[in-house]
This record gives sequence, C-alpha cells and structure tokens, in this order.
Amino acid sequence: MRITLEDVEYRYQANTPFEHLALYDVNLSIDSGSYTAIIGHTGSGKSTLLQHLNALLKPTKGRIIIGDRTIEAGRKEKQLRSIRQKVGIVFQFPEHQLFDETVEKDICFGPMNFGVSEADAKVLARKAIQHVGLAEDILEKSPFDLSGGQMRRVAIAGVLAMEPDVLVLDEPTAGLDPRGRKEIMDMFYDLHKKRGISTILVTHSMEDAAKYADEIVIMHQGSVFKKGSPQEIFSDPVQLLELGLDVPDTVRFQLKLQKELGIRFDKPCLNIDDLAIEIDKAMKRGNR
Amino acid sequence: MRKKLVSLENIKFKYEGQKNFALNDVSFDIYEGEWLAIVGHNGSGKSTLAKLLNGLQFAQTGTITVNDKVLTEETVWDVRRQIGMVFQNPDNQFVGTTVQDDVAFGLENVGVPQEVMVERVQNALSKVKMSKFLNQEPHHLSGGQKQRIAIAGVVALQPNIIILDEATSMLDPRGREEVLETVRELMQEKALTVISITHDLEEAAKADRIIVMNKGQLYREGTPRDIFKMEKELIELGLDIPFSIKLSKALQKNGVAIDYGHLTEEELVKDLCELHSKM
Repeated sequence: MRITLEDVEYRYQANTPFEHLALYDVNLSIDSGSYTAIIGHTGSGKSTLLQHLNALLKPTKGRIIIGDRTIEAGRKEKQLRSIRQKVGIVFQFPEHQLFDETVEKDICFGPMNFGVSEADAKVLARKAIQHVGLAEDILEKSPFDLSGGQMRRVAIAGVLAMEPDVLVLDEPTAGLDPRGRKEIMDMFYDLHKKRGISTILVTHSMEDAAKYADEIVIMHQGSVFKKGSPQEIFSDPVQLLELGLDVPDTVRFQLKLQKELGIRFDKPCLNIDDLAIEIDKAMKRGNR
Repeated sequence: MRKKLVSLENIKFKYEGQKNFALNDVSFDIYEGEWLAIVGHNGSGKSTLAKLLNGLQFAQTGTITVNDKVLTEETVWDVRRQIGMVFQNPDNQFVGTTVQDDVAFGLENVGVPQEVMVERVQNALSKVKMSKFLNQEPHHLSGGQKQRIAIAGVVALQPNIIILDEATSMLDPRGREEVLETVRELMQEKALTVISITHDLEEAAKADRIIVMNKGQLYREGTPRDIFKMEKELIELGLDIPFSIKLSKALQKNGVAIDYGHLTEEELVKDLCELHSKM
C-alpha cells in the first residue's frame, strides 16, 4: 500500500497563543513494499510525521493519500478504522501499553476491535507470537510476569496480529540489550522480505538505517531535507554532521582517516567488512 | 591502596512472586573515584543492583556497606544522601514546572535553607551548562538537556556517588555524548564515583572497570581491555564489542598488519597512521 504526502503542514494548537508549526511543505511518497528509514534529531518533526501515516493526526494543510483513502486538511473524516488496521504503528516502549490478564487476550484485543471473531483472533495471536520468536505457551501467561524483552515482543505481536500492510516502527529497540536489538531488527526485516510489508523505521541509529533501509528520509526543522539511498545519503557526511545528525560509525571512521592520513575513499562504507577492504586498498594506493 | 566506598557481600534478592533470584550471591566492591560500568543482558540483574544500592529494595540475604555504614531501613536516608540516581526516561524524572524548580525539588526535600538553595541550584546548573535555561519549561528541552537537568538535581545534593541507570539509552547519539561528557567533567571536579548501568559498549570501553552480569550473577569483572578480550563470550551473553575492536579484527583478516584489540578509535587511527608512514 502506497502512502503519499502532498504539501503537508501540521500546526499544534492552531489559532491559539501556543500555536507551533511542526511540519510544513512535506512532500513524500512511500512505495508499497519498500523499507524507509526516517532520521532527524529531536524536534525535527519525525514523531508528528509518523502520526499522520495512520491518520492519528490530520494535516492542517495539504493531503495524505493512504492506499485508496485521501485524508484532506479541513475535511471531516469518517471510518478511519480501516486505515488504522492497515497501517500498524509500534510506538516507543510499546510494552507500556500492555494491559490484559493474559498475553493471548492482549494480542487478541486489536483484531477483535477491528471486528475479527474471537476464534479467528486466537489463530492470529498464535501466528503473531511465532513471528516474534516466542513459544506458544507464553499465551497463557500474564504479560506482567515476562521479562522486558519478552514484553516488547508481545506488544509487537499485538500490532502484527492486525495483519497490517504497512508497519511503522518508532525506535523499536530502545532500551534492549545488543542481542535483543539485533533479533528484533532482523525479525522486522524478515517480515518485510517474506510478507512484503512496507516498513517505515524512525530511528537514531544510523547503523540500522544504513543496514536495513532502501531509502532514507532526513527530516530537519519540520520538513524533508533530503531523501535517497543509504549510499547517496551518506556520501556527504560533513553536511549531515553540520545539521547536528550522526553518520554510521564506519563513515565517521572514514572521515577521521581522511583527515589524519590524507587518504581518499571512493565511496561511503556502510559495514565493517567493506570498510576493512577499502582501508586496505587506500593504504596500498598511498604506497604508490 | 584505593578506598573501598561500597561493598556488596553475598547479595541475594528475589522479587515477590518470582521463581528465580534476580540477584544470586553477588559480591563486589566499588572504589572511590572510579567509573564502574555494569553491563549485562536484559534481565541480568543490573537494574536490581541499582535499586538495592539506593535502598529502593532490600536484599533478602547479604549486606551492602556504603562508606563504612551498613545499608538498612534505618540508615537508608543517610545513604541516599550520598548516592544520586539518574534514570532512563528523561520525561519520567522531571518534577518541576521550570528547570530551576526541578533542580530545587531535591533540596527542598532535605530542608536546605532558601539562600543556600538558590546558590546550589545555580551552581549545579552551571556545572551541566544549563544556566541559560533557568526558567524554561521542560517540554522545550531535548532529551539530552532534560537528562542534564536531572544530573544537576543530583549534583545539587552533593552526593559522593552517581548511579546512571541506562541514563543515555533513550537519547540520540549527540545527547548521549553531551550527558556522558557532563558526568566525566563532574567526576574530575568533584571527585565523584560513577556507577553506570548500560548497554552501550562504547561507553563501557571508556570506564575504569567493567562488571559483566549474567542471569543474576556476577560473570566477570576487569578492565575494559580484559573484558573485551572475551569477544565471542560477550556476544553469547547477549552483549557486543566496541566498533574499534570489530574493525581492527576485520583489518587483520584482510591482511593489514596491525595489532588487534583497540579499545578506542583514536588508538586504531594512531596505529594505522604509523603503518601508513612506513609504507
């Protein structure tokens, strides 16, 4: 399902003394089946943007086309439920939203809310719990008896059980240990590949953006600053650093070497093995 | 000989209704003036340790001694005045409506007189470089700024020890560096002892000492250099190794003639410089 934003503006508390322009002139198109990372620092408009993707917020100007629905500024919208079922958002620390007696009931809540029968919801819950890499016997337990990492997975399963076409992830691994982080990111990538779920990842981790995304969108001061493949985005690291953004460790290290050793690299390296090869080449070149 | 500031002896702790011990026979010492990083997978007992050190929970068996005083329900108020904690979520620890009110909150609680309070608040805020924000409201601040305010609130109480309980895990890389740099400077100036509970292995690499927790037990303690030698083991424990070590390993694999095990990028750049000049 394709999502297109046209000239989107969003003002918080419009027409009050507290009015605040959070987004303006946002034009963006997210293709069906793509993996997009949205980066930008605190206050750049990332969180406001992501709440538009399933109409939790409606633009104060412009329009958003989500599949076959158009959300237009100033128009009253009805039946937003179907959009919320198709676009699932995993918020930061989603385990804070767990509430029910058992894991199964908690996961079933979403689908049943969208009109799925209890029996069907249970089937979906079983599938979802497998997707997040947990054993089925966890379904009977109270979500509050689980470890932090398990709770996170259960909360994610609750979103997956709605079988969304688009998955929006807001810092999904914050607070997890390195293994948990990798497992969760790999799981989302797997779902993206195998089931063609469009994935939109909001992250501070430039490593994750570079590793998983086909396309990176940089938000800056409420608007889209730049959009491109990881290679394109990180080919001008100095610009990103000037904006107050980070670059992957590998790219930052390349910059250091260029400065200290005066060696040149042909391209930004986005993983460690690639960087090691390029350093080796660059050092040998320097010899001649 | 360095002075022992905190001692944990045979600490056992179980949360109510849980089968397993969150901490199972843990003993170690913390020395005055050191930066101690405590790392471990989710659920390894790290945060429970922090709660016990500050008397938010009490161990079922074993003793904790802080500055020669055994931590009990009677001494907990004394001990808390020596230990300041900074928690994970910047939004959960802001209690005041303005920056200065927030920093003053802890001082009010311990009955510091008004004149002293004003001075300590200003001092603490200048230490974390937030003096300009005295009357700002919290929602105008970034996560890193909020955490620096939280640190100011702790510093104003003049503790000997600061515990950072994953205090940088919700911040962006810049905010993280801001906060760590602030704590490093304070540590130098005020001879503080820092206990940092963290998943950030780059941060742990800069500590004086690391404790690795696993399943409620102390798995290993040592200098960063010792700890990161157990690379594979660390990854099996759900942890990771710093970027510079991974890169030097990959370079060796590609036949670049350098040593291995660089704890910081600076060390690695230096070695590569030397090699480059010889080529």
